[in-house]
Amino acid sequence: MATSTRHDLPVASPQERKDQFEKQVAHLMDRLYGTALRLARNPDDAEDVVAETISNAWKKLDQLDDCAHMEGWLFRILHRTFISQWRRRQCRQDKEVELEPESGDDRFSLFEKLHQPFLLWWGAPEKEFINTLLQEDIGKAIDHLPDAYRVAIVLVEVEGYSYEEASRLLGLPLGTIRSRISRGRCRLQKALWQQAHDAGLANCCSQPPGTRGGDV
Amino acid sequence: MTESWISCEEVVERLVDYLHQELDNHTSAEIERHLERCHDCFSRAEFERRLRERIARSGQQEAPERLRRRIREMIDHF
Ligand SMILES: [Zn+2]
Repeated sequence: MATSTRHDLPVASPQERKDQFEKQVAHLMDRLYGTALRLARNPDDAEDVVAETISNAWKKLDQLDDCAHMEGWLFRILHRTFISQWRRRQCRQDKEVELEPESGDDRFSLFEKLHQPFLLWWGAPEKEFINTLLQEDIGKAIDHLPDAYRVAIVLVEVEGYSYEEASRLLGLPLGTIRSRISRGRCRLQKALWQQAHDAGLANCCSQPPGTRGGDV
Repeated sequence: MTESWISCEEVVERLVDYLHQELDNHTSAEIERHLERCHDCFSRAEFERRLRERIARSGQQEAPERLRRRIREMIDHF
């Protein structure tokens, strides 16, 4: 901001600084809210997370070296804000997730469900499946994940953080992140499959009797 | 020189890490070569990639006007 060489205003006035901040925040609002909603799961909490994020960001605005880095910086604050709230609530439950035994859900693959010989001559059921997925189905499936998996999935799959960045943000070992992503993805896929089935949308994908059985 | 080809099972095992670009260059290149030759693994990788794109989009949601107003008012009071 201060590096701009505008003839009349070498340094932004407090009001200008505020206006600029507000403009940048407004521009990112849909993504801030969307991410907060995936993390917090309900609109009221999501709005609180966004508000606290903006307030934290304003207090630390001097630490931002370059306005061009605003977006990444703001999202890291959003995640830290959420995570610190969540950790306080989560200590006990988080342990339980760690102790949860591996289940069949942790190996579930949507692709394997869809990509089967008796379905293939229909075309490409797996492409069909993705094309008919609604954005709200995906939101719902993410919301149903246990907290520890959901947060890792949002950081890595939604926000595109590396495992290492996620490990730093969450204060967890890299191996834990890796396993949460892997298990979280399988559970997410299972939830999508289940939802499609419940909605009767997976009729092209349901298994005819006598083929590889098992529950959905 | 014997070339060790990576198997379908290994590709499936590492596909998620591959898509996240979390593998070393050598392993990553091996998987790439496998995907060029193996139709099944290629379809699987495409599926996972496209699903991931859809999941990434779920981080975008129209913010309620109420929230926008709240933030504007908050910033005005800073
Ligand atoms: Zn293969």
